[in-house]
Amino acid sequence: MSVETLSEAGEGPRSRLSASLMLAASSPLTLIAALCLAVVVASAVFAPWIAPHDPLQLAPAQRLKPPGAEFPLGTDAYGRDLLSRVVYGGRVSLLVGLGAALVSITIGLAIGLVSGFFRPVDAVVMRIMDGLMAIPAILLAIAVVSLSGASLATVLVAITIPEIPRVVRLVRSVVLSAREEPYVEAAISVGTSLPRILWRHLMPNTIAPLIVQGTYVCASAILTEAILSFLGAGISPETPTWGNIMAEGRTYFQLKPSLIFWPGLLLSAAILSINLLGDAARDALDPRMKRREGTR
Amino acid sequence: MFGYLVRRVLAAIPVMGVVAVFVFLLLRLTPGDPAAIIAGDQASPEQLERIRISLGLNEPIYTQFFTWIGKVLRGDLGVSLISQVPVVQMIGQRIEPTVSLALSTIILSIVVAVPLGVIAAWKHGSLVDKGVMSLSVLGFSIPVFVIGYILIQIFAIELKWLPVQGFRSLSRGLWPFFERALLPTLTLSFIYIALIARMTRAAVLDVLGEDYVRTARAKGIAEHAVLLRHALRNAAVPVITVIGTGFALLISGVVVTESVFNLPGIGRLTVDAVLARDYPVIQGMILLTSGLYVLINLLIDVAYTLLDPRIRY
Repeated sequence: MSVETLSEAGEGPRSRLSASLMLAASSPLTLIAALCLAVVVASAVFAPWIAPHDPLQLAPAQRLKPPGAEFPLGTDAYGRDLLSRVVYGGRVSLLVGLGAALVSITIGLAIGLVSGFFRPVDAVVMRIMDGLMAIPAILLAIAVVSLSGASLATVLVAITIPEIPRVVRLVRSVVLSAREEPYVEAAISVGTSLPRILWRHLMPNTIAPLIVQGTYVCASAILTEAILSFLGAGISPETPTWGNIMAEGRTYFQLKPSLIFWPGLLLSAAILSINLLGDAARDALDPRMKRREGTR
Repeated sequence: MFGYLVRRVLAAIPVMGVVAVFVFLLLRLTPGDPAAIIAGDQASPEQLERIRISLGLNEPIYTQFFTWIGKVLRGDLGVSLISQVPVVQMIGQRIEPTVSLALSTIILSIVVAVPLGVIAAWKHGSLVDKGVMSLSVLGFSIPVFVIGYILIQIFAIELKWLPVQGFRSLSRGLWPFFERALLPTLTLSFIYIALIARMTRAAVLDVLGEDYVRTARAKGIAEHAVLLRHALRNAAVPVITVIGTGFALLISGVVVTESVFNLPGIGRLTVDAVLARDYPVIQGMILLTSGLYVLINLLIDVAYTLLDPRIRY
């Protein structure tokens, strides 16, 4: 046994994980994406200090003002400051993205672990997941929101439901292959309790792919939230979200396209950075995936 | 082979069953009185009772389900609560813009994305490859409606080349149809091109590493023949599969694109139904699109079992 294998064996999975993440961060594109995301997140977190005006304050005399000293990006149709609204709008979007990623991964992990381990459960669960995946995500989400009323919680639920099957499939496929490994057979044969097998022996295999999947869920949830708001089926229109600002901007688009372009730019930048970080994490955590970049 | 086909068709039934149960339970499991949810807060008791009767909400839940599913199987999707028009008829009246948008998007995307993907894989690591990969990441990241408004701003408002919005039926002349369909098709194609180009690139890249490709090259076969006859043909299965699974993405995109360009299609119909809480229409649309999704993927599966002699079950 060479020195290299010895030192590798000495490292836990955790340190290998952080090492691969460090490796991913060394590419310039990834650094730009991380920086870009950091700026968007910071502008949302520190919105009260950055925003020059109250994002909700109506000023009919100041309708559709061009950019100037008082309003850096101009005002909307109700005289509200566009910069303040765009900055505050990021709060809801990022919150929904993060929330949807955490919830769908938690639920998907639980279902996927059990389903991958028990054949009879698997058959039923996978049919349900196939059915859910057949429903277009936007239709499913707008149906849920229109029935339960538009609050942050229902929007989160509506966006999370269509994401769960993808997580379940991923976890299940990892469990199916890990279940055949000798250490799992060994654990079963010495009578390890079931929750312990699932959590201690099978779950750690899913961490790396779930980190990658989590970033994709986050990006797609932010996108879905914006689409819901844009269609008028999202969080109530008074709350500034990127989608809501753009939905209101539709009416005045020919007069003042910046009402759609600024929130659109921030939205695209946020989603793009998250997707790029996800790709970088995938390449670092699973080098085999690097060649076949078509699958998500 | 025949046994596989039968099994594959039978396997689609539980999937549609799950969709039906989900759509059915969505209204019934939402907290509160379903009739009150649909009618809104200002509804009179008579209005509520009318909705209950029209949706059969006074029956026990299993009776409701079997009555409903029986009607659905006979092609009856119920009646709109707002216009009192049968849902099937409403969808039929507004399907033309949607079908023309979806078809032109699929055709344009395949024509653009497959060659892009093949070239990217062939010139792996080159500028073309990097360009295609960047384009595909952008396609996944920029929301459909942002692309739509950028295109409107450039081509309809600044350059005044094309109309801003609207739809003209093909029966009223080719050019009026085409000039209004161009921008929505470009808008919606962006994400589909991203998806297909990415998949084609990955699949061709995989195949180019195979022994038979090396043999073909060693025999001195022209490079374009190697790419088309040996690589692309063998990479076709994953590419066609992703076109099928991308159908759900296409439907979501259609809903948004129709709103951006004011197209009177079934996507717009759904959004209007959602805003008016016209539940039978929403329900019908979910059933229809999911059914199409399952059907398309079934046909694709069957098609390549028949066409690809390597696939045997």
